[in-house]
Amino acid sequence: MIIEINNLHKKFGKNQVLKGVDLTIEEGLIYAVLGPNGSGKTTLIKSILGMVIPNKGQISVLGEPIKKGWKYRKKIDYLPQIANFPPNIKVKELIHMIKDLRNSPAAEEELITVFGLEPFLNKKLSTLSGGTKQKVNIVLTFMFDSPLIILDEPTTGLDPKALIRLKELIQKERARGKTILITSHIMQFVEEMANEIVYLLEGEVYFKGSIAQLLGQTEQTDFEHAIAAITTHNHA
Amino acid sequence: MLKILKYSFYDLIRSRWSYVYFLFYLTLGFVLLFLNNDVSKAVITLMNVIIVLIPLIGTIFGVMYYYNSKEFTELLLAQPIKRSSIFLGQYFGVAGSLTLSLVLGLGIPFVLYGLYRSNAIFDFTLLLVTGAFLTFIFVGLSFVIAISNENKIKGFGYAVLLWLFLAVVYDGLFLMSLIVFEEYPLDTFSLVATALNPIDLSRILILLKLDISALLGYTGAIFKKFFGTDLGFVVSMAILLLWTVLPILGLRYKAKRKDF
Repeated sequence: MIIEINNLHKKFGKNQVLKGVDLTIEEGLIYAVLGPNGSGKTTLIKSILGMVIPNKGQISVLGEPIKKGWKYRKKIDYLPQIANFPPNIKVKELIHMIKDLRNSPAAEEELITVFGLEPFLNKKLSTLSGGTKQKVNIVLTFMFDSPLIILDEPTTGLDPKALIRLKELIQKERARGKTILITSHIMQFVEEMANEIVYLLEGEVYFKGSIAQLLGQTEQTDFEHAIAAITTHNHA
Repeated sequence: MLKILKYSFYDLIRSRWSYVYFLFYLTLGFVLLFLNNDVSKAVITLMNVIIVLIPLIGTIFGVMYYYNSKEFTELLLAQPIKRSSIFLGQYFGVAGSLTLSLVLGLGIPFVLYGLYRSNAIFDFTLLLVTGAFLTFIFVGLSFVIAISNENKIKGFGYAVLLWLFLAVVYDGLFLMSLIVFEEYPLDTFSLVATALNPIDLSRILILLKLDISALLGYTGAIFKKFFGTDLGFVVSMAILLLWTVLPILGLRYKAKRKDF
C-alpha cells in the first residue's frame, strides 16, 4: 500500500475537522476523495503532505511514517486547490524555480505544448486568467515523475479542450503504474476517472469502495444520484 | 535553505523598496559628511537616526515580506523541503538584503570621503555591526509575530507596537523607574535594564566607543566602567547575539507547528 492512515484527528480551534480517519490507498489505482463542502477533504490531503499537522493519528507514505519527515514529498506531486502563485514572477521563472528547488529531472516542455502555454511563458503570473493559472499549476504538478499524484480540484477553470488533455494525462500516468488521488465536485469527471471512491462525511470515512459497489449499496442506477443518496442510506 | 535564501534575496534585491532604502542611506551618508565635514560627528548623528530607523524598517519589511510571500510559501510547503529551511531561508533573505542596503548605502559615502585615513573607522564599523544586529533582531521578531498571526492587520499592529515599545516606551518606563527609585542604588538595575533592550544596548555601546560618556555624568562613568571594558564589550555583543538567536529559535518552533 502506498498510503496508510490510522485514526487521524485534526482540530482547528473548536472545529473538529477530522474525527478518526482510517484509510489505505493501494498502489496503481485512481482514488476519488469525495464529500460535501467542509467534510475535511483538503485537510486530509494537506495532512498527507505534512502541511497540516494532525492532533492524533499516524500517516505512512510508501511504508514510512511521515512525522517530522520531508524527504517523502519527493515522491508526491501535488496540485493545490487554488493556484496561489507569487504574482511578480514569470511563468518560465516559476517553472525553473520549482525544478531547481526539487532538484529532480522534469519534462515540462511537452506539457507546455499540450496545454498551449508557450505564449504565456514570459508573462507574469498576476496577469494570467484563472484557467491559464490552473494550466500552469498542472504543468508544475505533472512535470515530475513521482509515484504518487495528489490533485485537489484539478478541473477548476479549465476549458473543454484542456479538460480532455488533463483526463488523457491522468490516464497516461495511471497506465504507468502511478497512484492518483483526486478530489472533485464534478461527478461526471469522477465517474470517468476513478477506480475507487472514498466518501468523507463530517470528518470520517463514510464509504469506501468501487463505483459498482456504491451503485449496488444505494440502489441507484446513476452515479451522481448515488452520491447524493449516500447519506440517506445507512451502510457505512 | 540556501536555495530559498537565494530566491528571497534576489526577489528583494529586484524590488523597488530595497533601492529606496539603499538610496536613503546613500543620501544620508553624503549629506551628513558634507554638512559636518567630520567623520566622528557624522557617526554620532547617524547613530541617532539608525538606532530608531533600522528597527522600524526591519519590523515593517519583515512583516510585509512574510504576508506578501504567503503564496510562495504555500507552494514551497508541498515541495520536498524542510519546513524550517523555508522560513529561515526567507528570514535570512530579508535580513541579508536589508543589511546589504545599509552597509553599501552608508559605506560608499564614507569610503569616498576617506574613512580609511580617519581614526573613526572603528566607530564606523561598530555602527554598521550594531546596525546589522538590529536588522537581524527586528526582522526576526517581526517574522515570529507574522507567523503567529493569520490576520495581516493584527500582525502588522503587534509588530509596530513592539517597535514602539522597545524604541520609545521602554526608555520612558526606564527613566520613570529611575526617578521613582532614586533613593536606592540603581547602578546594577540600569545596567541590566539597558542590556535587556537591544536598541538601548546598541546606543550605549556606540556612545561609549565614541568617548562621550562624560556627557552621561555619574551613570555614564558606571556604564563606561562596564561597557567600556573588553569584558563589557564582549558581554554586550553576546547579548545582541542572544537577541538575534532567540527570534530565530522562536521562528523555527512556530514553523514546525503551524498548519497551512
